[in-house]
Amino acid sequence: MIEKLTGIADCDIHPAVRSMADLEPWLSTRWIEHFKTYGALRNTHYVTGAPYHKSQPNASRRDAYPPEGGPQGSSLEFMRTQHLDGNGIGFGVLNPLVASQGVRNLEHSAALCRAINHWQAEMWVAKEPRLKASIVVPYEDPEASAEEISHWAGNRAFVQVLLLSRTSFPPGNKRYWPIYGAAAEAGLPVGIHAFGNSGWPATSSGWPSFYMEEMVGHAQTSQSGLVSLVVEGVFERWPSLKVVLVESGFTWAPSLMWRLDRNWKILRSEVPQLTLSPSEYIRRNVWWTSQPLDEPENKRLLADIFAWLGWDRIMFSSDYPHWDFDDPTRVIAFPASDEDRRKFFIGNAHGVYGV
Amino acid sequence: MSVAKYVIAATADFPAGTRRLVEVDGRAIVVFNVRGEYFALLNRCPHNGGSLAEGVVTGLVQSAAPGAYQYTRQGEIIRCPWHGWEFDIKTGKSFCSAIRARARPFPVHVEDGGALVEGPYRAETIPVHIEDAYVVLEA
Repeated sequence: MIEKLTGIADCDIHPAVRSMADLEPWLSTRWIEHFKTYGALRNTHYVTGAPYHKSQPNASRRDAYPPEGGPQGSSLEFMRTQHLDGNGIGFGVLNPLVASQGVRNLEHSAALCRAINHWQAEMWVAKEPRLKASIVVPYEDPEASAEEISHWAGNRAFVQVLLLSRTSFPPGNKRYWPIYGAAAEAGLPVGIHAFGNSGWPATSSGWPSFYMEEMVGHAQTSQSGLVSLVVEGVFERWPSLKVVLVESGFTWAPSLMWRLDRNWKILRSEVPQLTLSPSEYIRRNVWWTSQPLDEPENKRLLADIFAWLGWDRIMFSSDYPHWDFDDPTRVIAFPASDEDRRKFFIGNAHGVYGV
Repeated sequence: MSVAKYVIAATADFPAGTRRLVEVDGRAIVVFNVRGEYFALLNRCPHNGGSLAEGVVTGLVQSAAPGAYQYTRQGEIIRCPWHGWEFDIKTGKSFCSAIRARARPFPVHVEDGGALVEGPYRAETIPVHIEDAYVVLEA
């Protein structure tokens, strides 16, 4: 008999704005008018929106439209009913993917991020104690990002700093270090969520033709990002920094860690800044969220990977209300002990986020 | 579990191209009218439990070879509102060779009101008139 869990921690919930006008209370007239006149351009060349259509409207479940109207994820009341109450969620981390990070006008990007952070704190977290926010930062301006982190540091509405996986340079690059320094100083984990507008293709082999290739490509983007964080020495410089890789898989981790360690043995003179093996940094500094969990024919193969990586390193995430949502009652479809399940569904997230 | 018969609606109230979500004996079942024929599926996607009633009814795009495409079965395929798994409304089967799971079908048929008023049917909420026809679900 599997223990029925309540108070589940969901490490990836996406609140949506009904429209960008929702952010206006926290934007100056200068930026309100700028947005209306010029929009918010991101590094998606030749298109102003996403480079791929997202299979379902707003990349979200068709059964998640709030009854009062607006896009999926835009109603706190309906999120409570359908998801928090409906799925027994006791703690949820908000990761707003509202156009802001990666906006090419860096001052505009910073203004939008500040507004989104106010919006999360005041319209979501203040009204729903189960929810906590992520500090959205204009990551292509690392100094402004560090300021944004310092601005909110100590505010208990926020439990992590949010980056997207597709930055303009590999995320371990020294230009981004002010972000990691500010996060470490504030004691906040850095969540790196799949997607982003880097100007680069989702794959390292060029622009793919299909959305499916982008969906699969998140794993490789995240892998190259993780390699960069390790090899550039981010975890050597900030040994206590916690990085959470969100929505880009983890079943690839064993192979990546084996390959990194093998090459470190051969090439350590190139990277003398690393005092530990790459896999030791990853095991010390990195956590993973579960959704979208891979679905091998033999589900027990997943149990091997959970065990190898550690049941204390992987945290449940639903991705609500997005269309590739994972249901907590269905996600662990292989034998697992109650103790391991409790870590995965509850304990790990409370430890990582300090709540 | 014994099979019972449930009167879902008068055919006049359940036009082609529409669907109805009904609950019978604690089970949510979605009934479709596909061009005048009625079909029913358990309203629970066999993948992760999404509500098929809220999916898009679509067609089937098939390809015999790269570059050759056929769009068929318009109006006969239900696509789950969560992960987009597609099932034949008529059989509950998937056309994706990697998907062996099947949306559970239930028999549905149309009966005249005259036959219904005599039989062991459960129609508490729907008044049955001898002169009309009704959609009957066996579940």
